[in-house]
Amino acid sequence: MSGVTWSPSEREVERRRVRRRDRTRGAVIATSVTLLVVVVLVWLVTSSPGWPRVRETFLSWPDAKASFPEIAKGFWTNVKLFLIAEPLILVIGILVAVTRSTVSPWLTPVRAAAVLYTDLLRGVPTLLVVVLLALGVPALRLTGVTTSLFWLTLVALVLSYGAYVAEVVRAGIESVHPSQIASAQALALSRHQTMRHVVLPQALRRVAPPLLNDFVSLQKDTALVSAVGVFEALFAAQDYGNYNFNYTPLLVAAAFFVALTIPLARFTDWLGRRAVRRERGR
Amino acid sequence: MTSPVISARGLRKTYGDRVVLDGIDLDIHQHDVVCLIGSSGSGKSTLLRCLDLLEEIDDGVIELDGREVSDPHVDPRAVRREIGMVFQAYNLFPHLSVLANCTLAPVRVHGTPADEAAARALELLERFGLGDKADAHPDQLSGGQQQRAALVRALCTGPRVLLLDEITAALDPELVGEVLEMVRAEAEAGMTMVLATHEMAFAREVATSVCFLDRGRILEQGPPGEVLTAPREERTRQFLRRVLPG
Repeated sequence: MSGVTWSPSEREVERRRVRRRDRTRGAVIATSVTLLVVVVLVWLVTSSPGWPRVRETFLSWPDAKASFPEIAKGFWTNVKLFLIAEPLILVIGILVAVTRSTVSPWLTPVRAAAVLYTDLLRGVPTLLVVVLLALGVPALRLTGVTTSLFWLTLVALVLSYGAYVAEVVRAGIESVHPSQIASAQALALSRHQTMRHVVLPQALRRVAPPLLNDFVSLQKDTALVSAVGVFEALFAAQDYGNYNFNYTPLLVAAAFFVALTIPLARFTDWLGRRAVRRERGR
Repeated sequence: MTSPVISARGLRKTYGDRVVLDGIDLDIHQHDVVCLIGSSGSGKSTLLRCLDLLEEIDDGVIELDGREVSDPHVDPRAVRREIGMVFQAYNLFPHLSVLANCTLAPVRVHGTPADEAAARALELLERFGLGDKADAHPDQLSGGQQQRAALVRALCTGPRVLLLDEITAALDPELVGEVLEMVRAEAEAGMTMVLATHEMAFAREVATSVCFLDRGRILEQGPPGEVLTAPREERTRQFLRRVLPG
């Protein structure tokens, strides 16, 4: 009724005009400041004394084009490593985190193993885990265990990152307010059901940003497997550089990694916003 | 009559299609205790939030000491420095002790020296029976104690006006008294207050003026003796019948 007949007062019309003008001014400031910073940065870099030499060895278009197919082929290995490792890491991380938050006396050895696992694998550099597994496991000459470097390095990445993710998930579990657990118990949910239906969903939503951070980090760390000679993007780029004395392929490889991580970052931003919208009713 | 401390004219606020405030006119003079009553959803809380510039209004004018503060170029923080607000859910900062909750704004916003701010906060906590809770964290306190601490936090900045948003609505009945006692003491000391409340007995006793809000409008306003005992409007009567016992 009144919503139909209402029309803004003169003061409100004026206020809207002022807000609009302020917004426009804000946009102009944002654009010009950004442009200025970019221009200054470009000028600083291109006017440095070593710039011509750097441009030749790092920004050679022909070398970029020539190395592209091999790097793209190598990068497919990175993508495969990452796509297979990610779900496995998530599963291990959640299992270890949930194990650490159990209280049953029967599970004490399992809990101890979970603590030992996170302590050890978070302590050892990922590169070292990769090298140890890739060189050590084949040396054992076990029957039935793969000697494929791809799979061994994949396991190394999963073990190393599983420990990190477990700690992130555990922090999320501990951040859920005790009153939530109390009200789940009041509904007679079992400990397992409480964890599965009440605690974990809230915990995982809350730790989504740091989890993504770890996954972005993992995407980059798939390049560590080049240390034992797995043919991936960095390996292909270095290979080309060593033969042609030009480092442009390194930048090409870097571009591949960036192109993969940025969409993932936007995706999590979107997930986070959607969660907020749903829970707070916009 | 002196000019009002806070004055609202033609206040309008919508959320999407829903009109929450529909042309509110309200004057609050110094030492006034204005009680906003009305069913939930009538706009009481939104009105308080608009007065503290926590919500952007869709039309109308808000003035503080005769100066328009609903102007987009007014710094809302300068306005909020003059106003204290207490919420239904206490909203104490759980990571700070009660004392630190109370000294945060005086020290960081008002530039009061830390020892001075602490002395004043302790004095107020003492006066309202929380002297021994100064070093406790909010979650260790009862609801009533938390809300009293929240009131002390609001008082510590020496506000000219206090906005209280249903501050007893989340409390056990037996804890309501201790909080209202504190509000009464402040009212008697001459604090200017606007409170949204469901405590009709308290409103009758303490208010200088009662506003009945209905669908975003002030349907009826006057001294509590009039509005609460002999309301003019049928809707006010209906509301009072629902909330008053007997």
